[in-house]
Amino acid sequence: MNLKKFKFDLSNKNKDLIPQVLTVLVLVLVIIYFTINAQTNMGNRGISFGFGFLSQESSFDITFSLIDYDGSHSYARAFLVGLLNTILVSAIGIFFATILGVTIGIARLSPNYLISKAAEWYVEIFRNIPLILQIFFWYFAALRALPLTENSINFYDISFLNVKGWYVPKFVWTNFNLFFYSIIGATISVIFFSKYAKKQRDEFGRQLPVFYISLCLLIGIPLLTFLIGGVSLSFQVPQLEQLSKTVYVYKGGVSIIPELISLALALSMYTATFIAENVRAGILGVNKGQKEAAASIGLTKGQILKLVVMPQALRIIIPPTTNQYLNLTKNSSLAAAIAYPDIVLVFAGTALMQTGRAIEIISITMLTYLSLSLSISVFMNWYNKKMAIKEK
Amino acid sequence: MRNLLIKPNKENLKTFVIVGSFLIFISFIDVLFNTFFEINFTGFFPSKISFFAPLILGTAGLYLIRIEFSGNKLLDRVNANFNSSNFNAILTLLVIFALIKYVPPVLNWFIFDADFIGNSKDDCTSEGACWVFVKVWLNRFVYGMYPDTEQWRINSAFIMLFLLVGAAFFVPEKFKKYLLFFLLFVYPIIGLKLISGGDFGLKYVETGAWGGLSLTFIVSAFALILCFPIGMFLALGRRSNLPAIKYTSIGFIELWRGVPLITVLFMSAVMFPMFLPDGTYVDKLIRVLIAITLFEAAYMAEVIRGGLQALPKGQYEAAKSLGMGYWRMHFLIILPQALKLVIPGIANTFLALVKDTPLIFVVGLLELAGMVNLAKTNPKWLGMAMEGYVFAGLVFWIICYAMSRYSQNLERKLSTER
Repeated sequence: MNLKKFKFDLSNKNKDLIPQVLTVLVLVLVIIYFTINAQTNMGNRGISFGFGFLSQESSFDITFSLIDYDGSHSYARAFLVGLLNTILVSAIGIFFATILGVTIGIARLSPNYLISKAAEWYVEIFRNIPLILQIFFWYFAALRALPLTENSINFYDISFLNVKGWYVPKFVWTNFNLFFYSIIGATISVIFFSKYAKKQRDEFGRQLPVFYISLCLLIGIPLLTFLIGGVSLSFQVPQLEQLSKTVYVYKGGVSIIPELISLALALSMYTATFIAENVRAGILGVNKGQKEAAASIGLTKGQILKLVVMPQALRIIIPPTTNQYLNLTKNSSLAAAIAYPDIVLVFAGTALMQTGRAIEIISITMLTYLSLSLSISVFMNWYNKKMAIKEK
Repeated sequence: MRNLLIKPNKENLKTFVIVGSFLIFISFIDVLFNTFFEINFTGFFPSKISFFAPLILGTAGLYLIRIEFSGNKLLDRVNANFNSSNFNAILTLLVIFALIKYVPPVLNWFIFDADFIGNSKDDCTSEGACWVFVKVWLNRFVYGMYPDTEQWRINSAFIMLFLLVGAAFFVPEKFKKYLLFFLLFVYPIIGLKLISGGDFGLKYVETGAWGGLSLTFIVSAFALILCFPIGMFLALGRRSNLPAIKYTSIGFIELWRGVPLITVLFMSAVMFPMFLPDGTYVDKLIRVLIAITLFEAAYMAEVIRGGLQALPKGQYEAAKSLGMGYWRMHFLIILPQALKLVIPGIANTFLALVKDTPLIFVVGLLELAGMVNLAKTNPKWLGMAMEGYVFAGLVFWIICYAMSRYSQNLERKLSTER
């Protein structure tokens, strides 16, 4: 009996083993084949595999950078500039896409026929046009139709919009560090206070006005630094200057380049349609009985929304919406099409062209995106586990 | 405070409705005259009040006609759909005013002031769009740089495809199998040979000359056909019990899903040739097709995996109890059901694929959006970007909207069948 069982196991194991060994073998062979080819190819071109080039001088300029950068900096620095630009446009896009998406998602459920139809058509129109075409449209058609520098559209004399970009006042801080720490301190105190309030509620049934006190803390503590900490803020308004007879520029202030505007516009308008659908599905997904039950135990309308509807709706909304945030970040790579200096354009474009190190550069670029996606999906798995309904 | 406001009630229904409608009427007339004749009725007010006058009047009017259970069906319906609260009333007015203000100029640009006749930029004399641009370039937008005399080949390849797909709806069940086989395995080769040429007395047309809308269809169709089987095996692999196969599949899927398509295309353009023996040249279009296929296969795998997971366990157990092996179980029992479940998902993947095709411009292949980019930089046609992108957007929108409607219908149909 024993022997028979052993035999059975062995045969089964063999059956399982063969395809696995074959898969691994093929994989290894393909990798070896590619490596050998790559080595000979690189040998022919007189380059060897390695990441030493990252510390070399890049000697190209980048039109838009958040950190100090010029041609004398290294390729690694150029990579960082591109990465920061990618993060910048993704953050702006995510911010506006969320606001727009939530608004439109709620509007689609409005009892007002006009509003819900308008929201529906917004979704249908912007979801079904390729994103790259929308970026082209904003950049090459819409923003190019703006007036020249000397005839800028003027917003109350502090901000100017023209074909070269959008000029906004620059924040000039003194003692910014103190202000920054005070914000961190305020956030920490709010977290502690809400924990304390929860404990009070759970143990003694005492309701504290958490929202108002948190708001006071968040505004009050940073405000205090202005009054006694020597923190001050002034605005540097862009000024029109005439360089020659026909050439005008704005000096001072911050200029937001049209590439960034059009990319952020297109990304947020496109992604908003998907977020709107998620929000709609989430709110519709909450059982009507839940609201009725909450109302019957005497919760107010605000409490129903906050304590009953939103927690359940968010459980449906958040996972696909995070996915959309990830998509937005990946889609920001379309920046290459309109020459916004993101990581793909700066690194996989210009730097690759100059160094010819295709394998290293493409791998670094892909790994950057990959690690971003993987870290977000790890976070999402953790979140889903935490938020899953705990069934008894 | 409450008592100071007039509360509309049913007793004085007629008075309220007449006064209310009159106020709404005035607010509309004000906006209409403002936009079309530049006459401002309320100009005697201070400028800020004058600006908001229609909104204030309209809101007051809508407040007056908001009478519940008035007995008048039309009034009740208006109140329920447009006027359920003050907030909704304001929103309604804002939407209507925005329509009055912005729709006519757009329509004027699009149709009434647009130029349709002529052959050059000089024929565009009016304010509106210059559709002459699209008319002159239409051939390029559809066929790219494909030689004019050979375009019948692309036409006939697509006509053949439509006929075959159309025939699939009419032939008896018995032949459907063969037709599908022909469509999936034989037709792509015939179509490709017909378009690329080189044999049978057809002139060879290099892939660099392909372009326009036809290239969009060629790329998306081939990528779909090719990515489907790969995606299927990846999905099965990811659910396999064998660790080596399982983790290879997971790694493959997550690798492609984690990176943007544009970097994959960059990879196919600059990195892929490094991995091949020196001197081998793989055609640009084929490299792009491989890249898009692998990329979409990862997404397809996840869609199909969704279907596999949705199948009840009993199906697997029943198949096993009949003595079926792994492959027979999957091909005869599991996959036919799972694939039917995920048809909408497959349609959505295809939709995303079509929307992604313009990205092939990074390797220098120009489909519709790329051709527009090229045309707008032509010195004879500068300043036509708006027309070009609106046209391309419209074409893509029609294709994608039709497909998304079709997939929604399918979803509804399939969900009622179960």
